[in-house]
This record gives sequence, C-alpha cells and structure tokens, in this order.
Amino acid sequence: MAARTYEARVTRGWKLYDPRLAWLLVAPAALLLLCFLILPILVMGIYTFFTFVTAGVEDATLTWANWHEFLTDSYYHGFLLKTLRVGMVTAAICGVIGYFPAYFIWATGFRHKWLLLLLLIVPFWISFTIRTFSWIHILGEQGLINVWLMNLGLTNAPVQMLYTEGAVIMGLIHFLLPYMILNIYVSLEGIDRTLISAARSMGCTNAQAFREVTLPLSLPGLAAGLMLCFVLAAGSYVTPQLLGSGRDALFGNLIYDTIMGQLNWPMGATLSIVLFVVLGSVAAIYTRYMGMSQIVKGLSG
Amino acid sequence: MSGARDREGRWAWALTRLVTVLVYVFMFAPILATVVLSFNKSMFGGFPMTGFSFQWYGKLLENAAVVQAFKTSLWIAVVTAAVTTLVGIVTALALVRFDFRGKGLLGTLVILPALVPETILGVGLLILIKSIDQPRSLPILVLGHILLALPYVVLIAQARMVGVKRIYEEAAMSLGASRLSTFREITLPLLIPAVVAGALLAFTISFDNTSASLFWRPAGVETMPTQILSMLKTSISPEVNALGTVMIVMTVGIPLIGGILIQIFTRRTRRYKTRETA
Repeated sequence: MAARTYEARVTRGWKLYDPRLAWLLVAPAALLLLCFLILPILVMGIYTFFTFVTAGVEDATLTWANWHEFLTDSYYHGFLLKTLRVGMVTAAICGVIGYFPAYFIWATGFRHKWLLLLLLIVPFWISFTIRTFSWIHILGEQGLINVWLMNLGLTNAPVQMLYTEGAVIMGLIHFLLPYMILNIYVSLEGIDRTLISAARSMGCTNAQAFREVTLPLSLPGLAAGLMLCFVLAAGSYVTPQLLGSGRDALFGNLIYDTIMGQLNWPMGATLSIVLFVVLGSVAAIYTRYMGMSQIVKGLSG
Repeated sequence: MSGARDREGRWAWALTRLVTVLVYVFMFAPILATVVLSFNKSMFGGFPMTGFSFQWYGKLLENAAVVQAFKTSLWIAVVTAAVTTLVGIVTALALVRFDFRGKGLLGTLVILPALVPETILGVGLLILIKSIDQPRSLPILVLGHILLALPYVVLIAQARMVGVKRIYEEAAMSLGASRLSTFREITLPLLIPAVVAGALLAFTISFDNTSASLFWRPAGVETMPTQILSMLKTSISPEVNALGTVMIVMTVGIPLIGGILIQIFTRRTRRYKTRETA
C-alpha cells in the first residue's frame, strides 16, 4: 500500500528519471542556445552569399562575390595572419610566465595559499575595460614608466610604448594570464603526489622529478590554457581598440568596422564565419587529441 | 655532486618565487594606478600626482550619462543573474541526474558561448534580428547576456551537483515528498553555494560585458562599459579613473561579501549539525 502511494505521488505515470522530464528541464537552455547561438551562426552563413548593394542595404540574390573578395584580397589575409600571430605569441608568453605562479601555488608550503588563488580570481571580477585602460597609466606619455624615466633624466621626451603591437600583446597577456595559471594549477592539483615522492626516493633530484614526472603530467592543463588563450586573444576586440593604433587592429576590429562602420553586412558575415571556422578548427584539433574535460575543469575553476 | 644539484633546485625555486611575485605585481599594478589616480587633484588623468582630492567622484554623480548607464547596467545585470541562475540550475540538474537523448550534444553546446569570440556571437545575433526585421531592443540584449553567462552557471552548478548524492533526493521522495518539494527542501539547500556563486558570476559577466553589448544595445542606450569606452575616445580623464574605481569596489566587493556570507552560513549550519548529533 505504502509502495503504491509512493508510486502514485512521485511518478504519476512518469519514471523517476524520465527523459521527458529532462527535456522539460533543459528546454529553456536549449531554446536559448538554438535561437541565440545556432540560428544566428546558420543565418550568418547564408548571409555570406548575399549581395551587398550599398551601406546597410543588401540583396538576397546569392553570389560568391564576398568569398571571392576575401580569398583574393591580401588586405584580409594580412589581418588574418596578424591576428593568428598575435594570438600565438600571446598564448606562448602566457604559457611560459604562467607556469611559474601555478607551480609556486601548488608547491608552496605557504599557509594562506587560498589568498594567492583568490587574487587570481579577483581580476575576473574587475571590468575588462577598466583593466585594459589602466595600462594607459603605466605605458602612456603621462604613465608611470615615462614619468620615472624623465625624472631620472634617462630620456627627454616620453618613449612611445602605448598604441603599439607590444602594448596590445601586453594587454592581452594581462587579461589571459589568470586563465592560463588556473588551468595549469588545476592539472597540477590532479597529480598524485606520491608519484613525486616515489621518483625522489628512487634517486631523482628535485629538478629531475620535475622534468620526468610533474611537467609531463601537467601538460594537459598547459595545452588547455594555450588553446583558451589563443582563441580568446585572436577573438579580442576591446584590447586592440584601446591599446593599439589603427595599424594594430585585429580581425575582431575589422569585423566591427565592416558591420558598424561600413554597414557592409554580407562582408561582415563572411569575415565572422572565417574567424569562426579558423578558431573552431583550432579548438576542434585540440579536443580531438585532448578532449573537452580539461577546458571544463579550467573554466569552472 | 648532489650539492650542485641541490643548488640547481634552490635556484629554480628562487626563480619560481621571483616570477610569481612579478606576475602578481604585473596583474595589479595598473589597477592600483587607476585607483590612486582617481584621487589626483590634477585635471589630467595621468601621473604625476599633484594633490589629494575627492572632486572627481562628485563630478561623477553630476554626470547624468554616467548615472543613466550605471542604472541600465545594474538592472540588466540583476535580471541576467536571476534568469541565468534559474535556467542554469535546472539545466545542470538534468545533465547530472538524467539520461536522455542529446545529452552529450547539449553538454557541449552549453559551453560554446564561453569559447566562441563575442564578436562572432554579436554579429550573428545582429544579422538574425536584421533578417527577420526586428529592431535591437533591451530584451534581446538581456537574453544575449544570459547566453554569455549560461556556460559558467551550468559548469558551477554541475560541479556542485555531482557532489550531492541522489540518495538524499530519492529518500525524500520515497518518504512521500513530491518532486517539487524534494527539490526545494533537499536539492536546493545543498546547492546554495553554487547558486550564490553562479548568480554573482552571472551578474559580473553581464555588468562587465563590452564587445557583444556594442553590437546588441539599442541605439542611444549605453551600458557602463560602453559608456567608459566612449569616454575614453577623447582622452583619459580623472573622471574615468574615479568611475573605474567605483566599479572595481563594487564588482570586487559584492562577490567578496557573498563569499564571506557563504562561509558564515556553512559554518553555522555545520555547528548546528554537530550540536544536533551531540
């Protein structure tokens, strides 16, 4: 009898973990992803074949013109190559200088380790725009470095550091380092520490134990960090806008100008699809070999 | 021999410590410079400091555009946080507890908004609403922000949900609780840390969002970050520094207070539990 009331009350003809209930639960998220992620990208794909008439006006006559223009004009190739280069340089530098703090936090005997981790998360809470423009106070003509250099009499005129590609890469590193450090840290945390003790007890020095055990086992985190940094750097818009000159614009700025400035929507769609496919294939190659789980760990901190 | 190797290890550790310190300085020096300069008396936004003053904060309150943008961003972020948390929690519940067709696909899709560059998401949605002849509007901007925050909320809730044993829920239901009251009485209280963390993160993601908002905002509407961007177009003024400082205090302060509240909350329930068993 009791069993029957339980059945009746809880299930009412539905199994305990009924797939239909699951679909109800995921319906809002699925609908949102469909309307705001999948459909836009599909429509954008169709738009790349539309004919551009004049600013803000296009025609639904299908054409290869946009693709032809992208594939033949070296102006676009230059942007793409520069964007990929900046993305790779940024990711590589983040990997090299991000490894040290990740390793330090993992290996340190410091009691307030949580504070070091918290300080890595705090930048995520500070507006990205503010973090980016704050570099103007360091690199600009009235920035900290130039004011010091001139006070010390090392230069008479301010050194041009802002509005260069270096400044853009620096801003990107500033934005992406926490991602890199957290990714490496998460994978270091996953290492069974007895493996290192074992290596040490069998005669490895600290350095050898690091090279033979710790470093190889932390590579998945490093790879996830590199992928994430590359994709986010290559897709950036605000950083080149604030810290670079017109010459340092990246692909994201090109897309913005094509759409919001020239109002050439079909070309803007074409450029967006190009960036999406290029970055998507990098991510796909990565997941093919490494899987998604490491990124999931890194993103959820 | 072994001494030389030990020295190598010591050098490596010293180098690690040095780079770590430098990285933390690198991360926070520019932000500190902004905060310090917001109190500068000079009417230029840069160094050197010429005196201490609160005047730029006063100027900020008189700036109607800034106050308006602040209000806009605030309510967008509050709505985004509320809706994303709700949707994210039920999605995570389904992804962790249930088996259904398309689960793997959905699990991957839901992370994508965090990986696809905002410029692409921005252009895509804009083209979609243009192709169906809809104007840009605030609801679309809010839904866009919900899309951008969803991956993080789902991931946080999933990570927490995995740690909550389904036996508790099944026990409640076998004792006669309905699904809804089981969720309210058992699942939700156990998920509170994830709910708070997710809501705070969704709030900051929305409040901070720049690139996508530039595409999605209706004509004439400025959010806080787009307002800052347009103020930066001319030059960096002390007012922008003051505005930046206010935002830093807000966006760092809210999660910190939230975190402390969670700590106090969990400590109290733990104490309550131990008293109960004793």
